[in-house]
Amino acid sequence: MAVDTQAPSRGFSGASYRTCPETGLKVCSQAEALIKVNAVVAVVFLAVGGFFGLLVALTRWPAVHLLPADWFYLLLTAHGADVLLFWIIFFEVAVLYFASAIILNCRLAAPKWAWLAFVLMVVGAVVANVAVLQGESSVMFTSYVPMQAAPHFYLGLIVFAVGALIAVFVFFGTLVIAKEEGSYEGSVPLVTFGAITAAIIAVFTIASGAIILIPTFLWSVGYISHIDPLMYKVIWWGMGHSSQQINVSAQVAIWYAVAAMLLGAKPLSEKVSRMAFLMYILFLQLASAHHLLVEPGVSSEWKIFNTSYALYLAVLGSMIHGMSIPGAMEAAQRRAGFNNGMFEWLRKAPWGNPAFSGVALSIVIFGFLGGITGVIMGTEQLNLIMHNTLYVPGHFHATVVGGTTLAFMAITYLVVPLIFRKEIMFKKIAQWQPYVFGAGISGVSLFMMGAGTLGVSRRHWDIGFSDAAMSFDYPATAFLMMGLNGISAILASLGGLMFVLVVVCSVFFGKARTPESIAASPTLPSTGTAETVTTYGSEKHPKLPGTVVLVTVFFVAFVLYYYVNWKYLSEVWPLS
Amino acid sequence: MSEQGTGSGGAPEERVPAMQRLLDNPFLLLFMGVASPAALYLLWGVMELSQIPIAQ
Amino acid sequence: MAISPPENKLWWKEPLSGVEITWVGIAFLWGLVMFGTMVSWHFVGKQNLSNETYRTTPDAFGEKVEAMVERFQVREEGDTGVPVVHPTPGSDVYMLGRLWEWWPVLELEKGQNYRLHLSSTDWQHGFSLQPQNINIQVHPGYDMVLTITPDKAGEYAVVCNEFCGIGHHTMVGKIHVVDKK
Ligand code: HEM
Ligand SMILES: [Cu+2]
Ligand SMILES: [Cu+2]
Repeated sequence: MAVDTQAPSRGFSGASYRTCPETGLKVCSQAEALIKVNAVVAVVFLAVGGFFGLLVALTRWPAVHLLPADWFYLLLTAHGADVLLFWIIFFEVAVLYFASAIILNCRLAAPKWAWLAFVLMVVGAVVANVAVLQGESSVMFTSYVPMQAAPHFYLGLIVFAVGALIAVFVFFGTLVIAKEEGSYEGSVPLVTFGAITAAIIAVFTIASGAIILIPTFLWSVGYISHIDPLMYKVIWWGMGHSSQQINVSAQVAIWYAVAAMLLGAKPLSEKVSRMAFLMYILFLQLASAHHLLVEPGVSSEWKIFNTSYALYLAVLGSMIHGMSIPGAMEAAQRRAGFNNGMFEWLRKAPWGNPAFSGVALSIVIFGFLGGITGVIMGTEQLNLIMHNTLYVPGHFHATVVGGTTLAFMAITYLVVPLIFRKEIMFKKIAQWQPYVFGAGISGVSLFMMGAGTLGVSRRHWDIGFSDAAMSFDYPATAFLMMGLNGISAILASLGGLMFVLVVVCSVFFGKARTPESIAASPTLPSTGTAETVTTYGSEKHPKLPGTVVLVTVFFVAFVLYYYVNWKYLSEVWPLS
Repeated sequence: MSEQGTGSGGAPEERVPAMQRLLDNPFLLLFMGVASPAALYLLWGVMELSQIPIAQ
Repeated sequence: MAISPPENKLWWKEPLSGVEITWVGIAFLWGLVMFGTMVSWHFVGKQNLSNETYRTTPDAFGEKVEAMVERFQVREEGDTGVPVVHPTPGSDVYMLGRLWEWWPVLELEKGQNYRLHLSSTDWQHGFSLQPQNINIQVHPGYDMVLTITPDKAGEYAVVCNEFCGIGHHTMVGKIHVVDKK
C-alpha cells in the first residue's frame, strides 16, 4: 500500500480531487465515491432490517402476535444480522474513509482494494441473508453452537468480515499516506483519532471473528467434529461485543464532528479527550465478558476484571466524553453570545437542524438509557437478574439504535449536502425525523427493559406459553409492557421510514447544490466555524454551569439506579 | 510526525512529550489495542476453560 | 474544530480546565466504588454465582439425573408426566435441559441448602427461574454446581430463556418450594 505514496498526482487509480466549496477541504474523488456506495448500501440494510424489527416487535405484542413461530425466529435472526452487522459496519466504513481521506485532505490509499472490500462485504451480506431467508439458519445472529446453521451462513459472515478488514487496512494505509505526504501538520484531528480508535477495535473484532467463525464453518461442512460451546462463546463475544465498541468510538467521533461543524465547538482539552479514547483502545474490548457473567467455567476473577473494563477505566473514558462534548458545545455557544443564565446556550441551539438534534438526542439516549443500564447489567452479580431477559435488548436498543444509529442518521444530514452535493428534500420531515425516531426507540428500549425486569425472556415467541406442557403466567404488567413496546416500535419505524425517504429521495432525485444555494443555505453555519475559531485548540477554561448541572443529574441518576438494582438482587434466593 | 514537524508557527522546537508521541502513533496504539484484550480477555479466558476438571 | 489538527502542536502541555479535571476525578472514584461493590458482594452478599464447574457428557450427566429420579420420585406432573422428586435437603440435585423440557420437576424444602447441578444434553438452554428472575446459562458438556437456598415457599417456573429452536417457547419446568415437613 505504501508503494505509490510519492506520487499523488500521478493519477493512481484516478486520484483526482475537488475542493469543497463549504469547508475548503480537498475531496478525493475515489474516497467520495466509496463513501457514497457504502452509505447507500448501509441505508438499504437499515431499511430492510428495520422492517424486520417492526415485524418482530409486532409479534411480541401479545394482542397482535403477527408472525408464526418459525418466521419469528427467522426474521429475528435476519433483523440482528442486517442492522447490527450490515447497516452499522457499512456505515462505519464510510465514516473511516471520511475521517481519513477527507478530513486529512489526502487521497485514499489503494482505492482498488477499497472497492474489493466493498464487493466482498456486499457479497457476504447478501449470502448470509439468503441463508437466513432460506430458513435453515434461524440460529440468531449469535449462532451459538451446537445449534447449527447452513454452511453458507457462516461463509457469508466470513466473506463480509474479510471485506471489512480490508477496508480497515485501507484506512490505516491512508493515515500513512497523509503523514508521508504531509497533508496535515502535527497531530491528526480529534475526530480522526476517534476513527483510529474504532479501526483498532475493529482489527481485534475481526480477528476474534475469524478465529471462531472459520472453524465453525468447517464444522458445519463436516471437517471438524466438535466445537466447544463455551470456547465458542468466549471468542465469539470477542467479536460480538467488541464490534459494539467500534460503534461507540465511531459515534463519539461523530458527536465531536457535528459539534464542531455546526457550533464550532472545540474540545475542552485535546489531552483529556484523547486519553479518553486511549482508555477505549486499551480496555473497552474487555467488556466482551458482559455476555459470560452467568456462564459456567470462567472464574469470578476473570469475570470481575474483564466486565469492569479493568476497574471501569473505559467507563471513565465514556464519562469524560459525556461531559466534554456538551461542555464544548456550551463553551462555543457562550462564545457566540448565548450567555444568559444557565441554559440559554442549550435553548438557542439549532434544534431545528436534524444533524444537531440527532446528535443531541443520541448523546442523551446513549448516556442515560444505554450507558447506565449497560454498566449495571455488566456487573457480575446484577447480571443474574437480567441475563437473557428482554432487559438486554432494551439496553442495546438504547445504545446501538438510540445512540449509534441516531448519530449516524444525524451525520447523514451533513453527508448528503457535502458529499452527495444534493439538497435535502422534505425539510420538514427531516426536521421531525430525529424526534420521532428518538421517541420511538426510547419507548422500545424502556418498555423492553421494563418487561425484562419482570422476567420476560428475550427471543421468545409466546410469553403466554400456550403450547407448553407446564404453565406459567407473567404478571399482567408484562403484557402491558409488550403492547407499549409494539406501539413504540411503530413510532420508531415511522421515524426510520422518514429517514430512508428523505435520504433516498434527496440522493437520487434531489436538486444538486449550486454556489447560489450554498450561499443561501450553507450546510455549516458560519457562526462557529470561520470567525470564532480562528485558532484551533483546547477551549481556554470557560465557565460551564449548564454542563455541570447536566452531568450532576446524570451522576445522581447513575448512582441511584445502580444501588436500586443491588436492592433487587438482595431479595432473590441466596445462592453461592 | 510531530518530531519532524517544522514548527511553522515559529514556536521554539520543544521535545514532544512521550505520551503525546504515543497518541500520535496509530500503529503502536494498534498493537496495544489488540494485545491488551488478546491477553486479558481471550488468553486468560481460554486458559480457564481448558482447566475445568472432569466430573467424577 | 475537532476536524482540523490541533493548532498547538504541543497540546499535551496545555493546562486542564478545573471543571473537567474534577469530573475525571469523580468518574474515576465512582469506578473504584463500583469495582469495590462487586468484589465485596462476594464477602458480604448472599447472591453470588459459584465457580464450581465440571466437564461432563450428556450420558454421564443423564445417568446422575436418572439415579436421583429413581431414588426420590414422589409423583408426576404436567401433560407429559414429568417426574417430581423430593430429594433430601443438603443433597446434590440435578436439573437437565433438553429439547424442549426441564427434567425433572424439583420439590425443595424452604430454607434448606441444595447443591443444584445444571447441564444440557443437546443445545444451550437458559435457566430462568420465575418470578424470582434468576437467570443462568446452561451448556451441554458442562456441569455447573451452585448451592441454592430457596427462602420463600411457592411454585416457581423455570422458563428457557436461551433460544433453543422452534420449541423454545414451550420449554417450561417447575420447582416447588414447600414448608419443612
Ligand atoms: C424500527 C426500529 C427497530 C425496532 C422496532 C426493533 C425491535 C426489536 C425487537 C422487538 C427485538 C426482539 C427482542 C427479542 O424478542 O429478543 C429486536 C432485537 C434486536 N434488535 Fe432491534 N429494533 C429496531 C432497530 C434496530 C437497529 C437499528 C438495530 C441495530 C443497529 C437493532 C438491533 C437488534 C438486535 C441486535 C437484536 C437482537 C437479535 C437477537 O436477539 O438475536 N434493532 N429489535
Ligand atoms: Cu431451551
Ligand atoms: Cu430455549
